[in-house]
Amino acid sequence: MEIRLSGFGGQGVIRMGVILGRAASMFDGKNATLTQSFGPEARGGACSAQLIVSESEILYPYLTAPEILVAMSQEAYDKFEPGLRKDGILLTEQDLVRAHLPRSSIKAYSVPATRIAEQMGNRMFANMVMLGFLAAVTGITGRDALHKAIPGFVPDRSLDKNLEALDRGWELGLEQRAA
Amino acid sequence: MSREDNSSWLKTGPHYWDGDYACAEGAIAAGCRFLAGYPITPSTEVAERIAERFPLVGGTFIQMEDELASMAAILGAAWGGAKAMTVTSGPGFSLMQENIGLGVMTETPCVVVNVQRGGPSTGLPTLTGQQDMMQARWGSHGDYEIIALSPSSPQECFDLTVTAFNLSERYRVPVMFMMDECVGHMTEKVVVPHLSKIHVLQRRWYRGKKERYRPYVPGKDLVPPMVKAGDDFRFHITGLTHDERGYPVINAACQSICVTRLVDKIKQNADRITILDEDRVEGAEVVVVSYGISYRVATRAIALARDKGIRVGSLRLVTVWPFPERRIAELADKVKCLVMPEINLGQVYLEMERVACGRCRTKLVPHCGGWVHDPEDILAAIVEGAKP
Repeated sequence: MEIRLSGFGGQGVIRMGVILGRAASMFDGKNATLTQSFGPEARGGACSAQLIVSESEILYPYLTAPEILVAMSQEAYDKFEPGLRKDGILLTEQDLVRAHLPRSSIKAYSVPATRIAEQMGNRMFANMVMLGFLAAVTGITGRDALHKAIPGFVPDRSLDKNLEALDRGWELGLEQRAA
Repeated sequence: MSREDNSSWLKTGPHYWDGDYACAEGAIAAGCRFLAGYPITPSTEVAERIAERFPLVGGTFIQMEDELASMAAILGAAWGGAKAMTVTSGPGFSLMQENIGLGVMTETPCVVVNVQRGGPSTGLPTLTGQQDMMQARWGSHGDYEIIALSPSSPQECFDLTVTAFNLSERYRVPVMFMMDECVGHMTEKVVVPHLSKIHVLQRRWYRGKKERYRPYVPGKDLVPPMVKAGDDFRFHITGLTHDERGYPVINAACQSICVTRLVDKIKQNADRITILDEDRVEGAEVVVVSYGISYRVATRAIALARDKGIRVGSLRLVTVWPFPERRIAELADKVKCLVMPEINLGQVYLEMERVACGRCRTKLVPHCGGWVHDPEDILAAIVEGAKP
């Protein structure tokens, strides 16, 4: 499965990819290869992480036709949406992305990840909300594997909040998937 | 931020690491306890990881004033008895060349990691390249042979860093560890084996009488045993042409003995040093020869070509230098075409062309750097190469 995670620098997009890849490869028995494109800037600008998750060995490490696109910013959406496969799954940050011309063949979901994170006290949890949402909607990896993969990859003092944010996203993902 | 227990020196078990981290951990597993370096993208994470880990495992990390000093420091550390490494990218690699030559001439075991980016000069700091391959081979002045490895995955960044140290100890030569930005910043599962499963070669120490010690008396394999500075041996080492005592002898006869052995100890052991990874080479009409990230990219082109019914094999150069002349010559007699994609405008390819010597066609798939090949370009070369 080919996944592109995108947003602007500072949203924790790459971190989301690391945790997802770690969950899939270390706690879910799959293979996961993460590649990232980054520029000299530390924050701002469109950044993306590319993840391949597979039951078999991954030789070619790059995306050929991504099946899942996560867009956490308008710029990232505009840049990467055309590359999404026509039967792909699109997940957007509800308040930050206006998906103006959704292709009818694409399954589109959105979640107000940043708003939820802010309600929890810190917008930095937005990536965890999106990660839980993504996992629940797509079934890439289980919630348990994600819970195991997170410690050490977020600050210790906010671990519980991060797990809670993940769970919030997960619940919303299950609801939307059922609907 | 990390809750990882960093105190155990060997991190046996699975991890989700990028190539740079895996290289650092491989060095620690190999027994490296000295690293001198100067930070440069895209190699900085190796030094960062080492800086975090070394204080907990009894190692010494020094951020030096520049790359000249970094290379000099690891040579000194090696003579002090340590396994030592430096890490850099293209611009720093250029600055290290003079002292890499000193390491070759004084036969000092050490590992030089180059996480390659696009050049020349400062070029593409954050983007990939494989443009320093010939520099690894010929970058310092004078005649010499070198050993260079090229990993294709984070797992190999761990495993082959151990191998690089073993080869440097075995042959007493600086070993070039030629990563590239793509592999350095690629994250995959890396399994660190149990200690008993990691083969670590220790330095071959001189065991004879102290008063009879001469630093450059070679063994049967042309490699002399070593001593540690500070262990009461009286000896002299120099970058000048020297005799078995290590003292300068500035004439053609001594030059012939000294330099010929430096070259022969690698050349005559080339088959022992060489590591190749072959897939479906027997019966192939085209073989793709590749290394580093270009191997991973080539696998897609090979799969596409096989779908078209072309019999394609893959030969991966795990060690790039010494160049596997014998195997390439064998293949040149059997196949229609040897294809090499590399992220430069033709470097290792020139060696392949030389060795094939017209016995089969050879095709370069060049790339200027900044990104990897489009697999379609490699596929086109395979299709062309398979034509009668």
